[in-house]
Amino acid sequence: MSDWVFDGLLGTGLLLLGWQTLISRDLFRSIIWFVVLGLLMTLCWVRLAAPDVALAEAAIGAGVTGALLLNAYRALLIDKPPRHPSSVVARHRQTTAWAVGLAAFSTIVVGGISWALLNLPQAGVDLGTLVRSRLAESGVSNVVTAVLLNFRGYDTLLEVAVLLLALLGVWTVHPKDETFSEASSDFAQNSPLVGALLHLLAPLLVLIGAYLLWIGAYAPGGAFQAGAVLAAFGVMLYLSGRLTPTPTATFSLKLLLIFGPGVFSLIALAVMFWGGALLEYPKDWASLLILAVETGVTISIAVTLVLLVSGSPGLKRTYQ
Amino acid sequence: MNEFDTLLSVLDAWVSKTLVILGGVFYLAGTVGLLRFPDLFTRLHALTKADNLGLGLLCLGLVWQTNSLAIALKLLLIWLLALMASAVSCHLIARYALYEQKTSTKGQS
Amino acid sequence: MTQSLFFSLTAAGLFGIAIYSFLVYEHLLRKILALNVMGNAIFLLLIAFARRDSTTVDPVPHAMVLTGIVIAVSATAFALALLQRLHRESGKTRLDNVDDESQQ
Repeated sequence: MSDWVFDGLLGTGLLLLGWQTLISRDLFRSIIWFVVLGLLMTLCWVRLAAPDVALAEAAIGAGVTGALLLNAYRALLIDKPPRHPSSVVARHRQTTAWAVGLAAFSTIVVGGISWALLNLPQAGVDLGTLVRSRLAESGVSNVVTAVLLNFRGYDTLLEVAVLLLALLGVWTVHPKDETFSEASSDFAQNSPLVGALLHLLAPLLVLIGAYLLWIGAYAPGGAFQAGAVLAAFGVMLYLSGRLTPTPTATFSLKLLLIFGPGVFSLIALAVMFWGGALLEYPKDWASLLILAVETGVTISIAVTLVLLVSGSPGLKRTYQ
Repeated sequence: MNEFDTLLSVLDAWVSKTLVILGGVFYLAGTVGLLRFPDLFTRLHALTKADNLGLGLLCLGLVWQTNSLAIALKLLLIWLLALMASAVSCHLIARYALYEQKTSTKGQS
Repeated sequence: MTQSLFFSLTAAGLFGIAIYSFLVYEHLLRKILALNVMGNAIFLLLIAFARRDSTTVDPVPHAMVLTGIVIAVSATAFALALLQRLHRESGKTRLDNVDDESQQ
């Protein structure tokens, strides 16, 4: 009974937060509601027995996306005086006739999905049992990591490439004459508490990242969650002024960026020499290869996410 | 001996529930303060203090439910980290609000 | 009604709200927000599906959603970079070909 109350509150909260996110007059408020929606979604996923995904969503979905949205909002405010004074104001929408029509359309979509959900047939193939029966061959004992890095490793390889591609896209779109502004003014850099917090958190975050990477083979965790924790640390360094944007990327930074996709692709191709197909790990080496791939992916994800938030080609230490 | 054990486990459950509910009450108080106080600084004050204490009571209540020292220490670590993060965030928000107030009054006068 | 069904219906409702605001609002940042909420709703749907048989959890949707979260953040970052460039070049945050004065 208390399960139902809790789940009911979570579901109602999700709908209310989604409504508030999309209906607020003020864009800033919408972004904050969106971050809160992400955190409530994390709770829902823990309730649905998906702790790996919940970890990733809390860090990447709510955290990094929130930072990106707030950065964009600030750029829209201060970059250039908007020609149309209503640029940053919220709710300009289509005419009322269109709005009613679109509302009807959305209601039909929701109705259709709900009808399909209520009449779902029984699952044809039971993938869960299938995965668990072959788990011993995969080299890890966490089912989600096994699916992510062994059984469906091809998807993960392409996903890491997409992340790099998005970063290249952001670099391409950035105007050439732009001088990259620092994230914080002197105002925030001079605050003594931020330095103290960073000193306390730095070793802890690196340790937690390494722990999540290692434990991903046995328990909820893995490369994406570890990369997200390290990215959060990097974003904190950037936002507090400890890392300055630079207009070019150093060679070592570029090496770190391609380390993940590179290691993954090399291993994917190299195992073909042992008589397997692409990404078919030989059974004795599977856990070691998966750990190597995960380490590379963690480093690349962390560096890529920090560069995505800062938007600049490179970052260097601020020496004062 | 058996009855003593069951008495202890019942006591554990009750203490845990009381502490968790008390933590929830503090969260409620903090949220009421957020909604009803007039000023940014008073709202920050209510929110940070009440929420941190609420989280501390929540973690303490959960510690009573586990038998493992590792999990208890991890819960304590969660509380300490949340304490640090909320203290620094509160400080930065208040500092910026004060700065904005000062610069806007300078502009007006 | 099982837990899985309840959460998938909630996801359907959230998707409906998000697709409505995606189509109705013209401000590009709102559209990007609505796209992200749509993505979150679909992820919730997938995770709820993974729990249909409430004894064992199907891990394949979990892996799909993990991939989806990373791809969503990549796409959002690129879309926001495009929006900032558009705003910088033209001062607008909408994709209209028509002037705003004649829109209302």
